[in-house]
Amino acid sequence: MAKEAKFCPGCGYPVVLRFLHTILKDKKLDKKTALGLDIGCSLLAWDALPINTFQTHHGRVVPTMVGLNRAKPELLSIALVGDGGAYAIGLQSLLWAAMRNDPILVIVANNTVYAMTGGQMAPTTMIEQKTDTSPAGSDQPPVLGPELIRGLSPKAYLARAAVNDVKQLNEYLNKAIEACQLGNFALVEVLSFCPTNWRTKGAETNERVEEMKRVFKIGEF
Amino acid sequence: MKTNKKQFLTGAEVVVRACVDAGAKMMFGYPITPGTEILSHWIREAQSRLIGGQADKSLKYLQTEDEIAAGFCMCGAVMAGEKTFTATAGPGTVLMQDALSMADGMRLPVVVIVVQRGGPSSGTVIYSQQEVNLAIHGGNGEGLRLVYSPSNLTELYEYTRLAFNNAWKYNFPVIVLSDGFLMKTRQLVDLEKIKIKNIETEAIISENTQKNIRNIYTFEEELGEKLARDKKDFEKMAGEVIMSEVFCGRGQVETCPYEELVIAHGIVAGAAKEAVNALRLAPLAQGKKVGLFRPITLSPFPAKELNELAKQAKKIFVVESSMGQLRDLVKQNLEVAVEVSGLYKPAEGIESEEIVKLLNC
Repeated sequence: MAKEAKFCPGCGYPVVLRFLHTILKDKKLDKKTALGLDIGCSLLAWDALPINTFQTHHGRVVPTMVGLNRAKPELLSIALVGDGGAYAIGLQSLLWAAMRNDPILVIVANNTVYAMTGGQMAPTTMIEQKTDTSPAGSDQPPVLGPELIRGLSPKAYLARAAVNDVKQLNEYLNKAIEACQLGNFALVEVLSFCPTNWRTKGAETNERVEEMKRVFKIGEF
Repeated sequence: MKTNKKQFLTGAEVVVRACVDAGAKMMFGYPITPGTEILSHWIREAQSRLIGGQADKSLKYLQTEDEIAAGFCMCGAVMAGEKTFTATAGPGTVLMQDALSMADGMRLPVVVIVVQRGGPSSGTVIYSQQEVNLAIHGGNGEGLRLVYSPSNLTELYEYTRLAFNNAWKYNFPVIVLSDGFLMKTRQLVDLEKIKIKNIETEAIISENTQKNIRNIYTFEEELGEKLARDKKDFEKMAGEVIMSEVFCGRGQVETCPYEELVIAHGIVAGAAKEAVNALRLAPLAQGKKVGLFRPITLSPFPAKELNELAKQAKKIFVVESSMGQLRDLVKQNLEVAVEVSGLYKPAEGIESEEIVKLLNC
């Protein structure tokens, strides 16, 4: 990484960024990539990698990358976004990018909360999960992003990985980039750590991700 | 054989012609009355354009899911170095502020054609001058945008051409603030007489760059310093782009003496010109010393030009199709103690006879 990352200790984002960067370098795509960042914890990646990166607005990284890609298809357009940006405020644009099969890669970090603002209920918050804005526990089933998009976008590459299984994460990110290069939309959701807002320690943080896997199925869709 | 270069075009056709001639390659848009025809004409142009008998596929477009996406797609495309625009109106101009605010912050050379309609809310689909504040100050920042207000179709063409050049030269968002009447009207225009050289674009992000760009800052001083730089750049640009017009009746020089000053912008300035002309041409005993001042750039505002004229005036009449958005701009910039009154008809057209009546009161 270019500089010391600004993420909280134990955050999952640096894991995703590190693997993404390695893949881009291996594929000799690091100079041919534009990495757009949503607002949320994703914004902290703004100078984490020695590639083209820029911050956008909350929920708006997907349409920004759609526009960039349509103007300059030679660049690999990647959108890094949290679960709130992708599945709440930005859902409309996410679904349309997928339905139009715009060849961009969307990486969604799912930690089941709005982390940057201090742990509020997110579209991915699980039933009975307590958050800052669901103190009695959420009573709504979470959004399952890849499953939702599957029925709308037949050519899209859709997968869900987790930061505690980097081999699989690596495989899915590789396949997603290849899908984009073939002209298809790709989305990889990554179940990510947020010990700050979960108020968990090492092993508990890992256990929380394992719990999440029971609700959010890992795999390709 | 001498060919007649004049064409009979609508406002929407003129906008599309101007964008093509300016070198624009992409439009992202969402249908909204009274601006929809810009999108449909652009798409038709993109699908049927011929260069030397060959199909030219260089013009691109996307009808997006909403104005928010249109705005952000435009931001992404200009970052890649493509001259790109959108067109919207009323509630769409409200939604467009999300992307425009990012363009404000990141100094993106976007061009937005705003076709004003009645407000608030869905208001009317016809006409107004109520999007002045939104065009300039709709973002959560300082309103550092270049805003043109054309009053006829020839100007709509000219200022749309200038919008692209100045967006890419100075890196501030540019808005061409038109309205429903101007967009739907059909006039005989000679666009070929307007000669403007296009400026080249440079990609902000490309294979040859390695940039890390922010629009959110950790420390308040960092943002303060950035805004101070932006303001300085904006003031430098102002010295080079500010435009205004003074009119004292046909055949009269702009420095003619007058006591009453009408101030209007956009299509209302057209009616004000007729009124000034009629008042000047009235029999000598009744002939009024009246002039029109028309800001063409509403932002940056021609303050120096306004104050030069205001020094000579005994009274200022602001005439506009809003409850006072232009008046507020005038008052903000006025450094001379002079009485300001006016005719304010939000979302309604104004005819020259009404202005004559106002000045004869």
